[in-house]
Amino acid sequence: MPNFIMSYLNSKDAITPGAAGSQFWALVYVFIIFTGVSVAVMAMNWLERKALAHFQIRLGPMRVGPHGLLQPIADAIKLMLKEDIIPAEADQFVFWVAPLIGLLAAFTVYTVIPFGPSQAVSDMNIGILFMLGVSSLGVLGIVVAGWASNSHYPLIGALRSSAQMVSYEVAMGLAVVSAILMTSLNATGTGTLSMIGIVQAQQQQGVWFIFKFFPLGLIAFGIFAIAMIAETNRAPFDMAEAESELTAGYHTEYSGLRWSLFMLAEYAAMIAVSSIAVALWLGGWMRPFPNLLNAPAWDFIFSLFPALTFFGLAAIATVGVVRMPAHSFFKIQRIGLAAFAALLGFIALVLLVIAIAGRSADASVAARFREGIDYVYWFVFKVAIFMYLFIWYRATWPRYRFDQLMKIGWKVMLPISLVVLIMTAIVGVLVS
Amino acid sequence: MTDPKTLSPLDLDTPEKPFLDANELVINMGPQHPATHGVLRVILRLDGERVLGLECVIGYLHRGVEKIAENRTYTMFNPYVDRMDYVAAVSNGLGYCEAVEKLLSVEAPPRAQYIRVILTELNRMASHQLWLGTHALDIGAITPLFYTFRDREEILKIFEKYCGARLTTHAFRIGGCQYETYAGFEKEVKNFLTFVAPKIDEYEELLTTNRIWIERTRNVGVISAADAIALGVTGPVLRASGVKWDLRKAQPYAAYSEFDFEIPVGTNGDTYDRYLVRMAEMRQSLRIIEQAVNRIPEGPIMAKVPKIIKPPVGEIYHSIEAPKGELGYFIVSDGSTQPYRLRVRPPSFVNLQALDTMVRGLLVADVVAVIGTIDIVLGEVDR
Repeated sequence: MPNFIMSYLNSKDAITPGAAGSQFWALVYVFIIFTGVSVAVMAMNWLERKALAHFQIRLGPMRVGPHGLLQPIADAIKLMLKEDIIPAEADQFVFWVAPLIGLLAAFTVYTVIPFGPSQAVSDMNIGILFMLGVSSLGVLGIVVAGWASNSHYPLIGALRSSAQMVSYEVAMGLAVVSAILMTSLNATGTGTLSMIGIVQAQQQQGVWFIFKFFPLGLIAFGIFAIAMIAETNRAPFDMAEAESELTAGYHTEYSGLRWSLFMLAEYAAMIAVSSIAVALWLGGWMRPFPNLLNAPAWDFIFSLFPALTFFGLAAIATVGVVRMPAHSFFKIQRIGLAAFAALLGFIALVLLVIAIAGRSADASVAARFREGIDYVYWFVFKVAIFMYLFIWYRATWPRYRFDQLMKIGWKVMLPISLVVLIMTAIVGVLVS
Repeated sequence: MTDPKTLSPLDLDTPEKPFLDANELVINMGPQHPATHGVLRVILRLDGERVLGLECVIGYLHRGVEKIAENRTYTMFNPYVDRMDYVAAVSNGLGYCEAVEKLLSVEAPPRAQYIRVILTELNRMASHQLWLGTHALDIGAITPLFYTFRDREEILKIFEKYCGARLTTHAFRIGGCQYETYAGFEKEVKNFLTFVAPKIDEYEELLTTNRIWIERTRNVGVISAADAIALGVTGPVLRASGVKWDLRKAQPYAAYSEFDFEIPVGTNGDTYDRYLVRMAEMRQSLRIIEQAVNRIPEGPIMAKVPKIIKPPVGEIYHSIEAPKGELGYFIVSDGSTQPYRLRVRPPSFVNLQALDTMVRGLLVADVVAVIGTIDIVLGEVDR
């Protein structure tokens, strides 16, 4: 096999393809992440409808596929086939390019998200800066969309959104800085901006930053968790697309594929900011209690979790198959759900085999594979909790008014994050 | 910055008159807009997001109900009133039947009066539940809508069993009720009471102490008692401003004088108070229904009314406390089988004119909240 493929695989130290200079594997990772995020967005779309429906004593999608599992696909097809309308008075080119800006910004962030110590496209030494910078570009897509539509509601939505994102970025940035300060508490006294470096700092210090300098880390995390909802325009801060006020906010004039690109960008951005939160405060790819329960036996037990999760999902699907009404109308649905359960069960089996084959902590291929799966699993698991919280917030809370949102951003979050930053610095100096 | 309270009303009939400052923006909200509760069209004059004034354009649902009345007999017109406030059809029917009864100088027998009170109060519950769901939805809480609709369904089931219809019930007849209660009616109503009381707590749990809800509603859309009276506002909107005016107590009709209940009033006249007043009213309705069901007398349900209703020459104004405020019927009779003129005083129509006063100086988001809090039904506004 060509050298440019094998050299990365043969290298003994675990580094990202970007850091190793392997363009081929970087491209492969980009493809995997792009596909993975697109699938995750689809899954999130389905989960949001289902979870929201169950919060609201409804069933949600039930018709397209068993329990509506194929609904996202049906929606995607529908949106692609829809007539693509550009209003006559709109600025054609800007209108066309706006969703792409949002989408590009949302997806570019994923290049530095550390799914594991080597499971990222690249390990930039300014990773977190890059991430904040690029994700802020998303607002450009929204402003441009609102402006290009040449219509009142989108314009107001876009203005609201830009003001909101810009003001919440300040508090968000300060919260991030307090986490970065914590990374410098090592022998050399230098911190890092690299996403992977931040997680490794948590590993070395033996504590997730959310619990560091209690309650400072927790408050900083809380500020970030609130700001990231505002940043992604989700309820209760969904002013930009406040349905009851502005019909659909900045994307009122959009339809079909372009509209779906906005949706894709929104969900991708949600996953991206949750990933930042996980990497900075929740120990990134680390499994729970990596220091307390560090015996190889514990490693093995925790490495069974991916397989167990898929077994659980397969069991839920199987229960669904059993509970399906015994009527010939449901025959295809039952077969479909059974096939889905079998697929999940098969994945679970494969994961189980890998976990058992790679249980020794040597440098064998199976062991490296098992480690990689563990890292990605725990990272995704933590992000998934955030995704569920996003849905939960949406089902529970009314929407803030625009001026109240700005008031909270500037008068509450900003001072608190400043105080937390200063306190973190002081405590950090005292400790070291 | 100009004080919006001092600006003159929007004068959109004379477009040649320049009323816009360079920073101002005119936005057309509705008639097809998710938050205008049907087909209300609001023309907003904005300075950024601040509302400088607005004008309501109504009439998209005008069906000429009052004119129709002049070409129908008194009996034939009865079902039409259900189509005005279609979420509280029973109240409309009660007001109309009582007005004609007054004109005829007949009185419905006690049992009919009690049935009327039970159904009307159930309908008040249903109307308030619908208001709560949609109002919360306007403010962005999407979940209470489904809870209130789930519980409202139980009321509609009782209506359906009683008279065969769920919304446009046509439950009452001039002189009493057409239908005797069905077997197990009392039991079902009592079951409903025990079912719904904890549900009201559930709604309140979601909203009453919710920080966002309080911030969105407190001091929003304030209307003083004097302003409210001057604008002719009635119902919960008036009571939230601190005026203890409820026609069920002030001018008792049907059997309301026989029941023990309170009139909840607010103090600030803001959206939050209106919310609290309506929530308290739901509980008071439960009290009234409970007393009525326990004491419902036996006897006939229809007074002696001639087959062909021909009221004597004269005129009558009769008003009742509908869920949204004072619902009045003014009927002029020329002695024939059809009204010479019938005029309806719908609460929503009168309350809606307070919208401009309430939202000046607020933000766009508050306009939606205030439209919701006035609790309008366009079928009634336009008639």
